[in-house]
Amino acid sequence: MSMPFGYVSPEQVMKDRADYARKGIARGRSVLVMTYADGILFVAENPSSALHKVSEIYDRIAFAAVGKYNEFENLRQAGVRIADLRGYSYDRTDVTGRMLANTYAQVLGTIFTTESKPYEVELTVAEVGETAEGDQLYRLTYDGSVADEQGFVAMGGNAEAITAKMQEGHRDGLALAEGARLGLDALSNAEGEQRTLTASQLEVAVLDRTRPRRKFRRLTDAQFDQLLSG
Amino acid sequence: MDARADGGKLPNAFFAPASSSFADFLAAHRPDLLPGKRVDLGPGVTFDAPHGTTIVAVTHSRGVVMAGDRRATMGNVIAQRDMEKVFQADDFSCVGIAGSAGIALELVRLFQVELEHYEKIEGTVLSLDGKANRLSMLIRNNLPMAMQGLAVVPLFAGYDIDNTDPATAGRIFSYDVTGGRYEEHSFHSVGSGSVFARGALKKLYRDDFTEDDAVVACIQALYDAADDDSATGGPDLTRRIYPVIMSVTADGFRRLPDADVERVTQSVVDERMTHPGGPSAPLRQP
Repeated sequence: MSMPFGYVSPEQVMKDRADYARKGIARGRSVLVMTYADGILFVAENPSSALHKVSEIYDRIAFAAVGKYNEFENLRQAGVRIADLRGYSYDRTDVTGRMLANTYAQVLGTIFTTESKPYEVELTVAEVGETAEGDQLYRLTYDGSVADEQGFVAMGGNAEAITAKMQEGHRDGLALAEGARLGLDALSNAEGEQRTLTASQLEVAVLDRTRPRRKFRRLTDAQFDQLLSG
Repeated sequence: MDARADGGKLPNAFFAPASSSFADFLAAHRPDLLPGKRVDLGPGVTFDAPHGTTIVAVTHSRGVVMAGDRRATMGNVIAQRDMEKVFQADDFSCVGIAGSAGIALELVRLFQVELEHYEKIEGTVLSLDGKANRLSMLIRNNLPMAMQGLAVVPLFAGYDIDNTDPATAGRIFSYDVTGGRYEEHSFHSVGSGSVFARGALKKLYRDDFTEDDAVVACIQALYDAADDDSATGGPDLTRRIYPVIMSVTADGFRRLPDADVERVTQSVVDERMTHPGGPSAPLRQP
């Protein structure tokens, strides 16, 4: 049986799309999300102080992303709207990271299979719990796959090298300062070559369970430096 | 209707660019959730629903203080004696409400989400005037309900972080039912007992008020309002129900702890045991 001219098998279509998305994501700088004793720490290599890779979504939920800025910014804004709509029409406690991760998974999955090009993004939806056991990290990839991660998530160009570093150094109950040093070290050495990242090249934020209602807080360069030296 | 209902595709409203207003998003996507948009009572239909009463606000050298009594009334009945009518709006502002309680509470909730939503979408906070204007728009949208007797009249106060002088950074805004916004100076009050409260504040207010002075002035004014307006609740010493007092300064928003309010209220009540009319102002400028 001869194939019609121009036929491409579905397997090939999906593989091409996945390769396309992966290449786009691999070009980006990395983002690291990890649990620490009092919550969840985000460290992203991001020289811009205005265009964020890490953002607040809701009281206990934050969002971290790598890839194409306009695409993940679109998803971030949609996430804020979903969360605020849910919290307003039900109750603030009814907004959960799982709900948001599910929605993102479906949106990304639909875009991957139906749009002419997939989103070149990878996301983490993080939710801080009342206790460390309640902390949750959901990693979402361009095709809508969702994984419930333990301890930390590394995304972006050097994700594998950073993951290797983190597997050596990360443990439950890290102090914030220890986590900050570990994160800086993992991002700095991920290229295989030693470089020294400074606070101004990083975007740092926490979901701090000891804070009142809104747990998300950005750390300024000075605060991060103080954390590293303290 | 939920985000996931449409086969994994979010409705376009979720991706609309350049909309940082939650109220606008609701109006486009879920207009049924807007306060005042749910019921059409028909022309000329009015009915009794709980009403909140008196709110006062006073500026001082470091910011502004807002206080509200605790009573909600429905006709001649006390609907609730420990209602809270003053709320945090965001880190540098608070809002008190008088009028139809059910709609007012929902409006405050929408206003709180509106400010937080803007902050999250834009990554920056609104100016104090911007916040005051957003509240104005929300009140205006409630006009159809107001015309059926379910009016909401808020009082908005905040600390203007763009102003470098703390003595003038505390600002107060009042509203009418059509959403008209008016900046007030030094002090203001709204609600059924506001005439009496404002009279008291006029005689008590000084330009050099500290935060503590402003708190005492608020409690005195609420006492006078309760003295002459049956819908305003005075301090309920037997049940230990005292006014709700919020303070906004350069350090941000804080609600005064119950113990502090109790102490000040008790001293005001003690003074009134001998002088039921409260402190008297000098007859002429010295």
